[in-house]
Amino acid sequence: MKQLSLLLLLCVAWLAAPAASHAQSPEALKALADLAIDDGDKREAAVAVIGGTKDPKWIEFLTALREGSVYALTKGKAVEVVVGGAKSTKGDQDVIEITTAYDRKPLGTVPLATLTEIAADRRLRIAIKPFLDSDETKTQLASPDAETRRGAAVKLGHQAEASAAPVVEAAIARETNAQVKHTLQEALAMIRLAGGDAAVRVLAAQTLGGLHSFDAVPALQKLAADASASAAERTAATAAVRQIERWGLMIRVVETTFQGASLASILLLMSVGLAIVFGLMGVINMAHGELMALGAYSTFVIQNVFRAKWPAYFDAYFIVALPVSFIVAAAVGVVLERGVIRRLYGRPLETLLLTWGASLIIQQALRLWFGAANVDVSSPTWLSGGFPLMTGLTLPFNRLFIIALAAVSVAGMYWLLFRTNRGLTIRAVTQNRSMSACLGVRAGVVDAVTFGLGAGLAGLAGCALTQIGNVGPSLGQNYIVDSFMVVVTGGVGKLAGTILAAAGIGGLNKGIEPALGAVFAKVAILIAVIIFLQRRPAGLFATRGRNAEA
Amino acid sequence: MRKRETAALVALAAVLVVVLPLCNLLPPGSPFHISNFTLNLFGKFLTYAILALGLDLLWGYSGVLSLGHGVFFGLGAYAMGMHLMLEIGTQSVYQNALPDFMVWNQVKTLPLFWQPFKSAWFTVFAVMAVPAAVALVFGFLAFRSRIRGVYFSIITQAFALSAWLVFNRNEMNLGGTNGLADFKTIFGFRLSQPGTQRMLYVVTALALVGAYALCRWITRSRAGKVLVAIRDSETRVLFSGYAPANYKLFVFVVSAILAGVAGALYAPQVGIITPAKMGVLPSIEMVVWVAAGGRGTLIGAVLGAFGVNWMQSWLTTSYPDLWLFFLGALFMGVVLFFPDGILGAIGRLGSRIWNRGRSTAPGTPKLADTTSGHGGPMARTPQTPS
Repeated sequence: MKQLSLLLLLCVAWLAAPAASHAQSPEALKALADLAIDDGDKREAAVAVIGGTKDPKWIEFLTALREGSVYALTKGKAVEVVVGGAKSTKGDQDVIEITTAYDRKPLGTVPLATLTEIAADRRLRIAIKPFLDSDETKTQLASPDAETRRGAAVKLGHQAEASAAPVVEAAIARETNAQVKHTLQEALAMIRLAGGDAAVRVLAAQTLGGLHSFDAVPALQKLAADASASAAERTAATAAVRQIERWGLMIRVVETTFQGASLASILLLMSVGLAIVFGLMGVINMAHGELMALGAYSTFVIQNVFRAKWPAYFDAYFIVALPVSFIVAAAVGVVLERGVIRRLYGRPLETLLLTWGASLIIQQALRLWFGAANVDVSSPTWLSGGFPLMTGLTLPFNRLFIIALAAVSVAGMYWLLFRTNRGLTIRAVTQNRSMSACLGVRAGVVDAVTFGLGAGLAGLAGCALTQIGNVGPSLGQNYIVDSFMVVVTGGVGKLAGTILAAAGIGGLNKGIEPALGAVFAKVAILIAVIIFLQRRPAGLFATRGRNAEA
Repeated sequence: MRKRETAALVALAAVLVVVLPLCNLLPPGSPFHISNFTLNLFGKFLTYAILALGLDLLWGYSGVLSLGHGVFFGLGAYAMGMHLMLEIGTQSVYQNALPDFMVWNQVKTLPLFWQPFKSAWFTVFAVMAVPAAVALVFGFLAFRSRIRGVYFSIITQAFALSAWLVFNRNEMNLGGTNGLADFKTIFGFRLSQPGTQRMLYVVTALALVGAYALCRWITRSRAGKVLVAIRDSETRVLFSGYAPANYKLFVFVVSAILAGVAGALYAPQVGIITPAKMGVLPSIEMVVWVAAGGRGTLIGAVLGAFGVNWMQSWLTTSYPDLWLFFLGALFMGVVLFFPDGILGAIGRLGSRIWNRGRSTAPGTPKLADTTSGHGGPMARTPQTPS
């Protein structure tokens, strides 16, 4: 019944609309009175009537209503709907300036207590929205914020109303941002594709093809299949769709490559530390994933400290978190090595179980301390957003950052191993522990330093992971098996093997993921690694010589 | 000495197979009464012990550490579970001949690989054959290319992870994350009846005794000697003209079969099998049973499986937060302080007391020799730190 009356009202509104250019149309005034009644259906109907007038002054009133500055003023029995203005305090009373609803004639100042606010609840706001949108979008085109302008352009393109064309054209003329300009041109072409005669539409289709507009594909496909359109239009539309699809394919290739590189750099960050330790001591550190989790939680703590103490410098927290997470993980690593692992040299399987035990304890400690749920780490503003490489493809800054971090870490590792004295001793002990010891290298110190370094790199990886994934107590478990695979495939003792293996596994994973899905891609990787190990049982770069096999 | 050991083992077997079920038959008021719940719990532990025996044969005797035995356990359990699911028939919630989860997932006909599991005989065969076949292929590829030591452990861990991921998928038609459950009957007997559970317990206990006898026989045979030799120095065995890969493959398959049998006995007693039983964590937990009990002794594996799981069922109900701490500490403690497990520790203590009385040590510290010294079985770094 209510719906029926609503429909009826809408019909009335529609019939009345042409006449309503006259300000004091009785329907609108009646609707205005209805607004004061606290009844959702009546209010919604009233908004429909008022909006239906398309009178700018009424639209302005709706804006005020949405902002919550419309009040009901009770005068004896009669209720008047008014618009509130500036509030102030007079004596001990809050007062407010009020004006009439339609032409905003000032009605003086009244105490706030005498007014009842007409609250714009969710339902009312939804009813108001369509009347304001078309206007608002056009004003948004002039917004100083580029992202708002772009959003408005996209919206106008989808609406494809012929009336918007001049506004968009004007916007194109004054636009300076290349990206927004591109979107505006797209919107204009889409508007022209929807309306306009055959020649204009052909031109529009060609433009859209040239602009690689993914948004326009449905419209173009519709035109290509439209029997009533001319042959020239259909050919142009088909060609444009094909052009856009080719572009899409290229983007997918570039995107997959980028994702592969991103995954590879994460794997690399994790497995470099693992591989060095494995090469040096023959120890597979099962707690490596938990050291990463420690790094991630250190980042979380640093973030909270910055948020509480220095909110103005919040963006800088990540710069501080990087070294802190390195140090925390490295410290735990050194304690682990000096405390227990060094008692088990030469017994890699036992060490594996030992470090697994340590990982369970760290994991459970994190769970008890921080809770089992994931914690929230927000990105600093300079890592959110992305680099627009080409139309339809933006490379996120956080992923670019991780690739850069992996590159810097590996470069640093190379420098350390091959350009410093410490690196020389590490390589010496890796090659022949007892001979190095005989020549005065303190193998124990080398072990501790290397283990700490590997653990620190894990912490760094954990810190970087906070920017792209969830931070929870079992964070390490998600990647750890993959990074073991990298170490096994890469072989012992050579950084190049680890780099190649990380690139291979990361790239292969992302390359076959679209075809097989994430789970079966992982299984395929395992099979690939096993087959690979058939040819090279000791990995890509095996240690050769007498000590190669014990 | 050998005689006394055998007598003790026979006594233990008799207690497990005959005495405990008889205690279960006593009226509830009796001081020796064992409740259905406890007997069922013991049955579960015994299945773990069967698996641990195989793992001990593989790790304790041959020096091959598998971190993926949960998969073989799961394969056996799933094979049995599939048969039990089909036995439910139309008694299910949806009263459809298909298992419930297939009805949810809108599967219309029984998938082809489910068909043979309608037969009880095929199921009993598959419980052993499926894990054996998987182990044969995996082991062949791994051992042929001489993947060993830590490398092998990591590959098996990845294997466990992959299997877990795959079994979690609904499109495998194996019940996804929820696994297989709600079994009603086994070979026609109602699972809800205490008699059936008691029977299952006895079968499990007998299987454990059989598995022990099999493993003991293997370790006493010539092949068993070669296995120990492989553990201690694989290269030397290779140069002596043996093919270590074949021996290792044999043991790997045997242990996989034992794990499969264990899984098949586990499913009807516990009443559910999910992929969570075959992931990375359960697989490595199995290793710690063996390590805690004392590896390379067989009986240690049985005791370890029993002890650790008893501990777990007590801790996870009383102090759920502490269980992982305990497990982690157990891993570390056993490796650091009791490399030959509880049994080894008791044995050392025992022989010390024995030695005080007599001048000659009759103990058999053969395991302690290989594990407590530096440069253990699978040393990758040949040099021991000074």
